[in-house]
Order: sequence, then C-alpha cells, then structure tokens
Amino acid sequence: MNFNFKHEWVETNVGLMAVLTMLAISVGGLVEIAPLFLIDKTVEKVEGVRPYTPLEQRGRDIYMREGCYTCHSQMVRPFRDEMLRYGHYSLAAESQYDHPFQWGSKRTGPDLARVGGKYSNEWHVQHLVAPRSMVEVSVMPNYPWLLSAKLDISDIELRLKALRKVGVPYSLSQAEYDANVATFGETVARQLHIPDSRKNLVEQANFGNYDGDRSGISEMDALVAYLQVLGTMVDFSKYSDDAFVADR
Amino acid sequence: MATDTHSGAEPAEQYNFDIVKKFAVMSLVWAVVGMSVGVWIASELAWPFLNFDSPYFSFGRFRPVHTSAVIFGFGGSALFATSYYVVQRTCQARLFPDGLASFTFWGWQTVIVLAAVSYVLGYTQAREYAEMEWPIDILIEAVWVSYLIVFVGTIMRRKQPHIYVANWFYLGFILATALLHTFNNLAMPIDLFSMKSYSLFAGTQDAMTQWWYGHNAVGFFLTAAFLGMMYYFVPKHAGRPIYSYRLSIVHFWALCFMYMWVGGHHLHWTALPDWTSSLAAAFSILLLMPSWGGMINGIMTLSGAWDKLRTDPIMRFMIVALSFYGMSTFEGPMMSLKEVNALSHYTDWTVGHVHSGALGWVAMISFGSLYHMMPRLWNTRMWSQRLIEWHFWLATIGIVLYIVAMWISGITQGLMWRSFDEFGNLQYSFAESVAKMMPFYAMRAIGGMFFLTGAALMAWNMFMTIRQGQRENAAAVAGKLAHA
Repeated sequence: MNFNFKHEWVETNVGLMAVLTMLAISVGGLVEIAPLFLIDKTVEKVEGVRPYTPLEQRGRDIYMREGCYTCHSQMVRPFRDEMLRYGHYSLAAESQYDHPFQWGSKRTGPDLARVGGKYSNEWHVQHLVAPRSMVEVSVMPNYPWLLSAKLDISDIELRLKALRKVGVPYSLSQAEYDANVATFGETVARQLHIPDSRKNLVEQANFGNYDGDRSGISEMDALVAYLQVLGTMVDFSKYSDDAFVADR
Repeated sequence: MATDTHSGAEPAEQYNFDIVKKFAVMSLVWAVVGMSVGVWIASELAWPFLNFDSPYFSFGRFRPVHTSAVIFGFGGSALFATSYYVVQRTCQARLFPDGLASFTFWGWQTVIVLAAVSYVLGYTQAREYAEMEWPIDILIEAVWVSYLIVFVGTIMRRKQPHIYVANWFYLGFILATALLHTFNNLAMPIDLFSMKSYSLFAGTQDAMTQWWYGHNAVGFFLTAAFLGMMYYFVPKHAGRPIYSYRLSIVHFWALCFMYMWVGGHHLHWTALPDWTSSLAAAFSILLLMPSWGGMINGIMTLSGAWDKLRTDPIMRFMIVALSFYGMSTFEGPMMSLKEVNALSHYTDWTVGHVHSGALGWVAMISFGSLYHMMPRLWNTRMWSQRLIEWHFWLATIGIVLYIVAMWISGITQGLMWRSFDEFGNLQYSFAESVAKMMPFYAMRAIGGMFFLTGAALMAWNMFMTIRQGQRENAAAVAGKLAHA
C-alpha cells in the first residue's frame, strides 16, 4: 500500500485542517482530565469531610465575591516548612464539595486552607475591618462593608438547590435526608436539609455570633463562619503520618 | 502596499476594512484602560490606602478587571483586528459576511464592558481569567461561533488554493478557545434571573479543568494567535519571506498538540494526583521545542534585514517581542520542573513570568503589528516616528523594571518561606516576607507606569495619524472633484 501523505492536502482544505486541529487539541484534555473522574483514589476516603452549612456556604460566596482567591491560596503542599506554618498538607477530599475549587495560585497573603480555629472570631472581625491594626505590615484591603451589610438570605434555598444539582448532597426529600444521617450523622444531616436551610442559617449565626453584634446577621457573620471551618473537618490525629501517601 | 486602497475600482468593495479599523481602535482604548487598572492594583499592593475602603476598587474585585481588559479587551480586539485584516489580504477575499462580523465587534465589546461592571459589583465565578458569570459566558460563546463562521467563511472564499500559515494559527486559536471556554465554564445558575452560578465540577477535577483552560488561555489566546500575527506582519514588514516553511508546519502541529497537556504544572504538589502533574511537566519541557521553533522562524525571517533595526522602531518592537517570546518560553518549562516550582509557585515570580510573556511578547508584537497596519488602513503614514521611538524605549524599560522586581521579590518570598533557624523552626513569619516586598511592589508599579505611558503615547500618535489620514483623503477627493 502506498499512502503518500502530503501536508499540501491540509493546506488547501480548510475543513480537513479544522478537523485535524480539533483532534490535535482534544487529546491532552481527554487523557489528563477524564481519568480524574474515573479513578477512585483521586479523592481519598476520609472521615469528617462534609458539605458546608448554609451560613458557611454564604460565607464562601462572599469569599469568592471579594476575590480573596487572588491573594490567598487554600492548598497546603507537603513540605516541611508548610506543615510547620500551616498544618497537615491538603487532601483532595477536603475540597470535594467545593464548587468551584479555591486552591488559588498566589500567596500575597498566607494560605488559608487551615486557618479555621487558629484565631478568635474577634481577631478575624477586627482584621477584616482594618488589617493593619492587627498586622502592621499587611497590604490587605480593609473590608468595613462586611460588618454593615446585612446578609442576604432570601435565595439560600436556590443556592443550595443549585449545589445539590451539581452533586453536593444537600437533601430535599426524606430519603435523601436519611441517607445523609447514615453518612454524616444526624447533627450534620440536619444542617444539610434544604427546607430548613433558612432556619438553620439564622440559628447558627445567632448562636455563633461571629461578628460580635447580636442585632442582626451581617456578611461578616457568614464570612467568619466560613473561615473558622476551613481545614478543620478532618481529624488528622486519627491517621498515621503516611496514611495518604499511597493515594498521591 | 499602501496603494491598493486608492487604485482603481471602489476599494470598499474589495475588503471590509471598516471592521478592522473599529477593532484596532478599541484595542488601543482597552490597552490604556486595562493597563491603567493594572498600574492601580499594582499600586494598591504597595500602598494599600488606594483601596479606599470601597468594595468597588478593592484589589480582589479590581484585579479581574485588569486581566479581562488587557487579555480580552486589548489582546482580543488586536486579534480580531489583525485576523480580519490578514485573512482578507492573504485570501484576497472580502470578509464573509459583513453583518456577522459586525456582530462579533459589538458583541465582544459588550462582553468586556459587562465583565468589568459585573466584577466590581461582585459577580464572579472566582476562576482565574474566566471570572465572567454565565450570561456573559453565553454571549462569548455566541460571539465566538460567529467569529469561527466569519473566519472559515472568508478562507473558503480565497482566490488561491493554499491557506497562508498565519491563518492556521488564527484558526487553531479560534477552535481551541471555543473548546476551552465551553468546558471550563460549565456551571449551574441558581436561577434563570440570577447572575450567580456554581461550577459543575468540584475540587480536584475542577482545579484541573480550570488550569487546562488557564494555561491554554496563555497557549492559544496569548501565543498561537499572536504567532499568527507574527507570521503575517514580521515577513511583511521586513519585506522578506518566512525563513522556513517546513519549520512552520512542524511547530504548528507540535504546538497545537502539546500545549493542551501542560495546564497541570500549575498544580504541582497540590492534591492533584502526581501522575497528572508529572505528565504536564513532561509536556511543558517538550513544549520548549515548538515554542522556539516559532521564535527561530521569526528571528531568522528578520535576518538579513538587521540594518532596519537601526532606523525602524517598528522592526525593533517585533524583534524584542520575539526575544521575549523565546525568553518566556524558556522560563516557563523551567518553572514547570517540580523542584523549581516548589520555590516559585505562589510567589511573585509567576506574576513576573506572566508579564514577560504578556508585555514582552503579546503587547510588543501587537504594537509592532498595529503600527504597521493602522496607517495603511487610513491610507497615510504614522503621524510621528519620534513618538514610536519613545514608546519603544518606555515599554522596554517598563518591562525590565517589572520583571526584575518580580524576580527578586518572588525568589525572596520563596526562600524566606522555607528557611529554618538553627533549632529547626521557621525563621520568618509570613508578615516578615510581606514587609520585604514593599520596595519591589513599588518598583513594579513604576515599571507598569512606564509601560502605560508608552501605550498612551501610542494611542495619541494613532489618534493624530487617523485625523491626518482623514484630512489627506478628504483633500484627495476634493482634488479629484476639482479636476473633473
């Protein structure tokens, strides 16, 4: 068989050129992305990781709205200095409910993947309103409006329903709720039930009083609630040092 | 070249240059706007009071305004302008069809304005370089499909059998951008009447999809497309044929194939599985070859016309652009090595690398090409050669200041974060590394100001050139009438 390919065929036929170009540019994504959905151990099986409560999710929305990801990463790498500075390296499982991921690409400020519980609520509020009053050399913008802006909770059901549609196990039916009880336990499952989301949000905000102001629920309440849960879901004392090495 | 618009039959019939002019002018407008915002946010990092305690101007919301305005506004409009010019000239055919081409103009400008306004109001997908929320994404999709139809439709009208090499690169860029944009922006709106949406994918898979997109916004939007620009304007301006046709074939296919694999190098040492990021690193290193294939082809095309570098500032823009292209495409593979990346990632070094590509390569080749193309469109010559000289030096000095500042600050950050004292504790707090950045953030902002000043001079020079062209053409018409 004599198949004598000439590049001239491609150069003189725009349809052929378009098809071959599409083939050339499709391979990389197919080989690198598709398997991530198919290989089970891409996301480790870990105890404790759960979807965000309605208040935390609203806090996460504000984190995205303000573009925090432009200066803060949420991905601790497995290096000695990062483990000392931030804590255990991040697992894929810890962002499995993050739509979208917020791993970030730049640390103008420090990594926030494990910021939860490291500082008090009062510290966060003061730091967000006036960062340089807490860290003199900080270059972070002031966010005074977070304290004065009332948190919009009118569309919380819509938000959680959209997240449910993309795969986060928020429950609508009794059956889904029961499944969540089995997976996450009753306390968490109650927080994930969409029909009660507004009530749960208000309760958590009032009980937690994250912004130190009991008069209403501010955007600050939500953002601090989110920051305080970051990186706290997995109890690493339950796992040996190299428990996750095999999955990498 | 400048003669074909006033020779014989109605020139407007032969080519649609109106759309090229509109895009060219808007690319200069967006250059000045986008770079001004860039200088502003760079200054915010050096002097945080510039955030003014306002949600609308705070760094986090303002930074995507900068990236979208320069990448999609300036770069995108320059690509639309030059691709519509090049495809018509090299196919000797009028754009197909005028109405749809016009839609791509108004649609694209609307996209940039809506994007900027929506970011400052807080609507964002929080995905780098893909921050536009879903309604804007749908508009982009519509504009992009129209662009593909116009471009391919025009190629199909060509007068000679061969498709010129510049058009391959433009076509590759249009197809790849369509693919990337579509898959990276899959999202679930919370309501048909709400701007808010959540991405379809989560965590690791979402990260990989985003950086597959993110790096190929660089690979195709900011590289392949501008190589298309290079393949027309460099030989045209030098008056010499492309150095090697065979090399252009090889590096075109290699570039298209390999670029799509490299996005994972943005996720080294993260929770992305090692096999994916290692594969991405391997392809990143291989990519040096097709990248340098393009650089060598461009520089060797200029070889033999070196004397023009002394007298022709436009040629200087082109050669500096190619040099920065070669430099960044060496730096990139090096930074994709895991050991280097462990130091460079999350630091300003990455920001410097992006800007040596974006300012050094993308902006400089665009400036050179626009200086070549725009006077020809208005059938005149540049109003001031001297301002082009000024622009060239301001831009070059600005880039050097910017990159050097980011190299120093980036490597300093990386080293400070990982240094230990004699007892094995961390030597520096994070805040100490921030304090060290101040002089370099100031230096970077000053470099940006140099670059912006150059771009503003260009816009002014071009404004005067267009006025001059209009005056001359009016006089020529009046002269003809007087003789009649």
